[in-house]
Amino acid sequence: MIANGYLRSDGRKGIRDVVVVVYLVECAHHVARRIVDRADDENVHLVGFPGCYPNDYSYRMMRALTTHPNVGGAVLVSLGCEGFDRHALAREIRASGRPIETIVIQGVGGTRAAIDGGLDAARRLRAEMAHTAKRVPMELSDLVIGTVCGGSDGTSGIAANPAVGRAFDRLIDAGATCIFEETGEMIGCEAAMSVRAETPEIAAAITQSIGNAAVYYRAMGHGSFAPGNADGGLSSQEEKSAGAYVKSGSRPINGIIRPAERPSRPGLYLLDVVPEEPPIFGFPNISDNAEIAELMACGAHLTLFTTGRGSVVGSAIAPVIKITGNPHTYRRMSEDMDVNAGKVLEGTASIDAVADEIVDAVRNVVSGGHSKSESLGHREFILTYKSIAPQGPSCHPG
Amino acid sequence: MGSARMSDALILLNARDNVAVCRRPVTMGERLELEGRSFAAAADVDLGHKIACAPIAPGADIIKYGMAIGSATASIAPGEWVHVHNMRSNYIETHAWPDIGKES
Repeated sequence: MIANGYLRSDGRKGIRDVVVVVYLVECAHHVARRIVDRADDENVHLVGFPGCYPNDYSYRMMRALTTHPNVGGAVLVSLGCEGFDRHALAREIRASGRPIETIVIQGVGGTRAAIDGGLDAARRLRAEMAHTAKRVPMELSDLVIGTVCGGSDGTSGIAANPAVGRAFDRLIDAGATCIFEETGEMIGCEAAMSVRAETPEIAAAITQSIGNAAVYYRAMGHGSFAPGNADGGLSSQEEKSAGAYVKSGSRPINGIIRPAERPSRPGLYLLDVVPEEPPIFGFPNISDNAEIAELMACGAHLTLFTTGRGSVVGSAIAPVIKITGNPHTYRRMSEDMDVNAGKVLEGTASIDAVADEIVDAVRNVVSGGHSKSESLGHREFILTYKSIAPQGPSCHPG
Repeated sequence: MGSARMSDALILLNARDNVAVCRRPVTMGERLELEGRSFAAAADVDLGHKIACAPIAPGADIIKYGMAIGSATASIAPGEWVHVHNMRSNYIETHAWPDIGKES
């Protein structure tokens, strides 16, 4: 046993017991944010969707996130006239066994009443959850772990990402489920990846997904390559890709999943976040937190985030563990970094030793310890429009 | 990564690679050793950036991790900095600040 988890009605176990306060349109964002600010409780988190027009992807994402194993209850904050189907979402959250309350700003008489009502609701839910929580032992095999990179530089692909890959190998060998992404950041790696696919069908799906990503990104004008990446020594999308790809470690790839779909059994999965053609809503993911939100919607309890330049973000709902491969970044930003993989570059630690540190950091966070970003109060969240159809033989709907 | 080879200044990530990665900032003129080869750094090159460790012809693949990461847009000699000024992606045009890669 590595921790006491929170048992949910679907059998999954959470490592946190969070109340999410959910704005269902940007017009309700202020009220929801004030509720969270005034609750001043590390287990009351803000998430939401800004758009007024309904969108199937966003609905499925929000359903997966509000019934995430780390979430114990939800307060929905609606303006009243937005397109988001708050009734359907409330029904599904209730059906999952979680307490849920809805505040409709237009119904309760405006901003002040909605904030007061939402704050009371959040506190009621917290009190109820404290009474009803079912604590159960958790093992590494109960965990779903995602990985992303952000603010990459030339060190990411030679220190931090290989160390995460080695940690993934160990976690998978212990029975965990690990998810890496995203196909747009792996353009040029399709041949190497296909060789690791568990079946020929998965190999073909990988090649097709990467091909779609290449077409999609070309339509966007350029890839996920940011000016800071070049400043840090990366010269091309595919160089960044190879460096990102090593995060996946060396175990067989057991399937491809889409956002808000969960792997049906433990192992290693590629999350394909690229929308269907033709492009409708723009870039597949506009920032790192959009990818973290999708990993969470696939069930990730926590995210291993590798950075070279020094990202500081955390996330609502699921803790983020930060690993930097750049020793200077570690020294400059040590308050934000959980693991220093820069020791590999400096020759003072092996990739295996850093992988051990990463697995230890996972155990610590799972058993209730705070990651650096959690301690600093980082609870970023972003969800925007996308066009992705449900699919997948290897997946549960989130 | 099992095939990674290191010197004080450089890492060769795969035996097939024609570029090595700087483990620390390298100074122009500095003598670099790797796998029995020796060449002078042709520029100041920062941590994480790439230095050619073999002659690379225009149009030839730039190899790192044993994989093509783009192709050369100029003739590149061992010791030269390899970046967006003398290589390009085979997939998507690299989006970089306008002043990166210019000789200063």
